[in-house]
Amino acid sequence: MSPKTISNAAGRQVVETLNGETCVPFQGVGKFKPGGDKHAPKIASCSDYPSDGNKRLKDLKTALKKSGLRDGMTISTHHHFRNGDMLANQVFDIAKEMGVKGLRWFPSAAFPCHEHLIQYLEDGTIQRIEGSMNGPLGRFVSEGGMEGTGVLRSHGGRYQAIQDGEVQIDIAVIGAPSADLFGNANGLKGDSACGLLGFALADSQYADKVIVATDHPVEFPCIPWQIQGNHVDYVVEVEKLGDPSKIISGTTQITKSPDRLLLAELTAKFCQAAGIIREGFSFQSGAGGTSLAVGEYFRKIMKEEGIRARFARGGSNKYLVSMLEEGLVDYILDGQTFDLDGVRSMADNPGHVWTSPFTSYNYHGKGNFAGLVDVVILGATEVDLQFNANVVTHSDGYLLHGIGGWQNCLFSKTVILPIPLFRDRVPVVREQVSTLCGPGELIDVVVTERGIAINPLRTDLLELTKNSGLPIKSMEELKAEADRICGIPESPELTDRVVAAIKWVDGTIIDVVRQVSRS
Amino acid sequence: MVQTATTGNLGDRIRSDCQVKLEIRTRGGIEVSLNSKVERMFGKQIRQQAAEVMEALGIRAALLEIEDSGALPFVIGARIEAAVKQIRPNDNAWIPPLIDQNKYESARDRFRFSRLYLPGNTPSMMLNAGIHKPEGVILDLEDSVAPGKKEEARLLVRNALRQVDFYGAERMVRINQLPMGLDDLDEIAAHHPHMVLLPKCEHRSQVQEVDDRIQSILRAHKQEREIFLMPIIESGLGVENAFEIARASERVVAMAIGLEDYTADLGVRRTEEGKESLYARTRMVNACKAAGIQPIDSVYSDVANMEGLLRNVEQSRALGFEGMGCIHPRQVPVIQGAFLPGEEEIEKARRIVEAFEEAQARGSAVVALGSKMIDPPVVKRALHTLDLARKLKQS
Repeated sequence: MSPKTISNAAGRQVVETLNGETCVPFQGVGKFKPGGDKHAPKIASCSDYPSDGNKRLKDLKTALKKSGLRDGMTISTHHHFRNGDMLANQVFDIAKEMGVKGLRWFPSAAFPCHEHLIQYLEDGTIQRIEGSMNGPLGRFVSEGGMEGTGVLRSHGGRYQAIQDGEVQIDIAVIGAPSADLFGNANGLKGDSACGLLGFALADSQYADKVIVATDHPVEFPCIPWQIQGNHVDYVVEVEKLGDPSKIISGTTQITKSPDRLLLAELTAKFCQAAGIIREGFSFQSGAGGTSLAVGEYFRKIMKEEGIRARFARGGSNKYLVSMLEEGLVDYILDGQTFDLDGVRSMADNPGHVWTSPFTSYNYHGKGNFAGLVDVVILGATEVDLQFNANVVTHSDGYLLHGIGGWQNCLFSKTVILPIPLFRDRVPVVREQVSTLCGPGELIDVVVTERGIAINPLRTDLLELTKNSGLPIKSMEELKAEADRICGIPESPELTDRVVAAIKWVDGTIIDVVRQVSRS
Repeated sequence: MVQTATTGNLGDRIRSDCQVKLEIRTRGGIEVSLNSKVERMFGKQIRQQAAEVMEALGIRAALLEIEDSGALPFVIGARIEAAVKQIRPNDNAWIPPLIDQNKYESARDRFRFSRLYLPGNTPSMMLNAGIHKPEGVILDLEDSVAPGKKEEARLLVRNALRQVDFYGAERMVRINQLPMGLDDLDEIAAHHPHMVLLPKCEHRSQVQEVDDRIQSILRAHKQEREIFLMPIIESGLGVENAFEIARASERVVAMAIGLEDYTADLGVRRTEEGKESLYARTRMVNACKAAGIQPIDSVYSDVANMEGLLRNVEQSRALGFEGMGCIHPRQVPVIQGAFLPGEEEIEKARRIVEAFEEAQARGSAVVALGSKMIDPPVVKRALHTLDLARKLKQS
């Protein structure tokens, strides 16, 4: 049974309905205008809440019951605790215990620690995931194990979907490293400290019921209140929210791989040659080993030339924090804290600011911060001759990564993808990406260890770097080299069944992922 | 008679390689059992290649088990061929084509500032070696290859010489000590290495033996190419015979010193400041200069210590060495940076040469720069510096 599909503006065959609802195919960057009003939660009354402000209940199960947990509901959780999260698994253990079926799990991201939930996808407790599907979950979904169709959104797209009412959350369960009895919460202190709680902001504002779960209750007022208690229905204490050693990627280190260091160095040199690294500039670089190394090369160049950046968007970590502390950066606008130095800095340094997908990424707002950033360094699993990029599937068709803030960052002034030309035998530069996540018109530069391709649309960058001595090549040249080294791969065998849809930042469908045939 | 063989590598940290288990049978055709991380993208091509290799080697019935960690075709071919030859040594071969990118020759007097060692049985390290732009890459068959892996490493190195684009680097092979090194030559000499490194060299006769073998292989393959030689001196005796070794063949263009083995031979510890090897190093440099070849220094083994490396290279250059070995790609730019003339040095050389030309135009034998008299050797050195700067600009 093949689903009905339609060709979208990027030429991809996408579904017209998704989990029973009509959806809009991608119409081009900036083309789709939503109209209408934002979603709004029900008006609440203080008279329904304890007059002494004490919203504590005895445990999570009681809170879920009082929130009216029942079949077919949408339950949201968040990835502040990354691969150390223990909360989402507990929530669905309780749902299973209560015999609830057909739930939609709406996490801000899923991690390998959520492999535990596969059993609930199998027994029908969870009908589908709308969030990232990677690791074991990605394999399970790619092979057709999930009943509903998965939906992948960017961080900004998740905020947009909630705000626009596209996803209506019945119960949001927010893990809070510190919280008071009223529900004010932050991520700064406690055993599970993770920095900020920005990914839960939309859920707190728009969900029907909001539960704050903490393993570190503090006396009122919990300051700062990253999550405001006025949005919160119930507060529960749990023994442990997460495994601190996995919450903080304490091992986030600059890569030692000489090849990746070279990639990072080339990227920084490109930025220098193009005049991007200049007084008052801004940048965003991820927490992966190569991205961290790019940041370190930036630091070197900035120190040598006496340049100061106005702000860095992060993903904060010890390297970025030390740039802030050395005065090389005025502000860190932080969306996710990756290590304890980041947590400490955010708590102590007024220049280290916590942000949310609303301020930084939401496309259906009156602007966002992503467009203000001069240069952003991102990864990709594949790019193609049109500079389109894939970040969610492996070339063999399997779901591999979530989108994260990746799509949202494409609106920065210059988008650079430092990626190897091939991984083992798998070429990264392709004729066409397996899954389209970012349209080529928004991707400016692809840096590989064997050459740098500049998007022909960026005549300015081509001009600025033509005498730089950098190995500037065309994407076609890069592809030819990858093909010569690896050979041209066979297309993976896929069935017609759509297992997941990829949303663009405006809620339209940019591509779909099909079930892989079992070999 | 042994009927099963295992070649290649397998493990959590192994990439771009494969392990091949072969069982030769008397009938039943070729059965391939493949477990590959790139099965969905390259499974058919790998099976097809396996069949081609078996046919080229004359094997009609066998069970071939391939555990693939993303190996490229030149690796897969070498692994299968090595497995066949473990069981049935024969003169057949599956030799991949020489890529156009590798059809460049070397030159006697090219720069050899940095040469990067690559273990001869580790494909993952070969693939990206060239992108770090060392002047030379050394595919090593000696110390970095375990005794039981020598045969398969030869085939891998042979294929790498033909298939891996090293982006203009001089392709060197370090063979084993003689007599095993002669077997290495039989396998690799006809496959476009630019230079052969002869380790633990102590006598000129060893150089001649290697040179003779290379020449006979090239003649047999009707190749008119130059394969240069770089003997490596690693013992007290080698140091004493350095000058004779340097002059052993006109194809010796450089000579290197290996300090780990040299200090072991002397029974002393190798130190950071290197006093214990000062005599050997200066003697080496002198022998090379007297013979008109390039003296090349030993590797610096602490890959994490870039400051130490820089001090070491600066000292090396001051002693007269013209290059140094690297065991990690990140050492390449540090070594190159230290051997390259700086802008100030180039500018000074330019002024000296100008003063010399002016004096010549005036017909004067006295060259002066400001109040300083310039002797002819200083002019010679300045010309050399400018020459270096000019060639670097071109490269």
